[in-house]
Amino acid sequence: MWFFSSPQIIFGEDALDHLEELPGKRAFIVTDPVLDSLDFTARVRGHLTAAGMEVQVFAEVEPDPSIQTVRRGVAQIAAFQPDWIVGLGGGSSLDAAKGMWALYERPDLEPEEISPVFDLKLHKCKLVAIPTTSGTGSEATMYVVLSDPEQRRKISVGNRELIPTLALIDPSLTSQLPPRVTADTGLDALTHAVEAYTANFRNDYSDALALKAAELVFCYLPRAYEQGHTDSEAREKMANAATLAGLAFGNSLVGMAHALGHSFGGYFKIPHGRAVSLFLPYVMEYTANAGGSRYGEIARHLRLTDGDDEQRGARILIDATRSLEERLGQPTSIAAMGISPAALEEALETLCAHALSDSAILAAPRMPAGDELERLFLYAMEGKEVDF
Amino acid sequence: MGAKFPSQAWADAMKEAVNSSEAYAAAAKNWEGDFYFVVSGSEEMIYMDLWHGQCRDAAYTTDPAYKTPEFKITAKHDQWVKVLQGKLDPIQGMMTRQLKLDGNLIKIMQNVKAAQELVGCATQVDTEF
Repeated sequence: MWFFSSPQIIFGEDALDHLEELPGKRAFIVTDPVLDSLDFTARVRGHLTAAGMEVQVFAEVEPDPSIQTVRRGVAQIAAFQPDWIVGLGGGSSLDAAKGMWALYERPDLEPEEISPVFDLKLHKCKLVAIPTTSGTGSEATMYVVLSDPEQRRKISVGNRELIPTLALIDPSLTSQLPPRVTADTGLDALTHAVEAYTANFRNDYSDALALKAAELVFCYLPRAYEQGHTDSEAREKMANAATLAGLAFGNSLVGMAHALGHSFGGYFKIPHGRAVSLFLPYVMEYTANAGGSRYGEIARHLRLTDGDDEQRGARILIDATRSLEERLGQPTSIAAMGISPAALEEALETLCAHALSDSAILAAPRMPAGDELERLFLYAMEGKEVDF
Repeated sequence: MGAKFPSQAWADAMKEAVNSSEAYAAAAKNWEGDFYFVVSGSEEMIYMDLWHGQCRDAAYTTDPAYKTPEFKITAKHDQWVKVLQGKLDPIQGMMTRQLKLDGNLIKIMQNVKAAQELVGCATQVDTEF
């Protein structure tokens, strides 16, 4: 037995207009200061106002939002008592909005106590998720990633009730994304798709979504990166790819690229998508080396090969992933991120401990043994092909 | 002939399997926590005290007050059979509530490898269902 969970998804041009159909009296927008200074918040506020709602804005979400930020938002929500919380932004704003929703309704819980094994019984308000990047998939999942700055680590929690009520996927919101953010977030979506397809909790439903998401990323991410300001089709397809990949991993989990990426990104302050996609090809090599990885199936779906040799197919997909990252100007080693061997060496024990205790490792198709985690970090430092 | 699950003989065999597993010892070297594994619809349960890669105590009991463990996992006999045969991932079982957990799931999820090795030990026990 397993579940398939999804928000109601409204997608395509003018999807934001749907905000005017929402019932209720008060809406609380959770976003970041950059989006607030542009016209994003104003657009959303305009639609909500047209729906007859009073609107309050919390524009204090930072990258990798902290538990403290979430608590500040909860205090404002408790005073405002909205019918809707509206998460507007990248994964940070959407995760912060989910975290605020949970802790507003369940002030008795610590963030770390949120888990799928009990009912939160949310009833005070609902959540709309409006992504302004194409990558995290947070608009389609139950997961919340928050940071603990004191311990230089991230915590990842989830509960099915935290799947947004509505996800509005309006590609116009991503049309002006800078190329670097387009690459980071798009490769995050690819990592979701590949890991969802190979996770131990994969299923027929997540498989279909993962394959389509991977197909869209390989086809449209280069265009979105190179000409995204004018290529509305590429933006729309990448917006859909991100949500499809979110649905895929939200219903099957991710894997070791996320465990390593969370640990590494949390420690060295690397953007999430850049961190997880850095490790993706290394983890693919590590997984493929044990055989039976299913990467060949993805390669065949993408028409990168028509052969049925799984190891050969896996190699082709890994090479295609690295080629895509290079085309997008993405760093493909830890050294290329400007981190010295000495800095990595000093952090290594902590990085391994955090990666091994990351819930993303739960459904990894190959579980690291002995010193393999440490070696993966060291191979990624040098950009060396994983041979174990 | 295998040990019946649940029974004291099974608890003893499981303790021996855990304490002879180098893989479990390595994966659970930081684990501190004890469990009740309860068969719902009966009063039967297995108690296991797991401490830094070793099983310090394992017992069969029908007395809920035998110990006050940090974790209690309750499931139907059929679900336990699937877990012990390696057919149902216990964490997946908890997430779908086929296995009901009383205790902190996050602590378990932060020790996934230990949980997997523990199941690996259970699959090594010659069990009569």
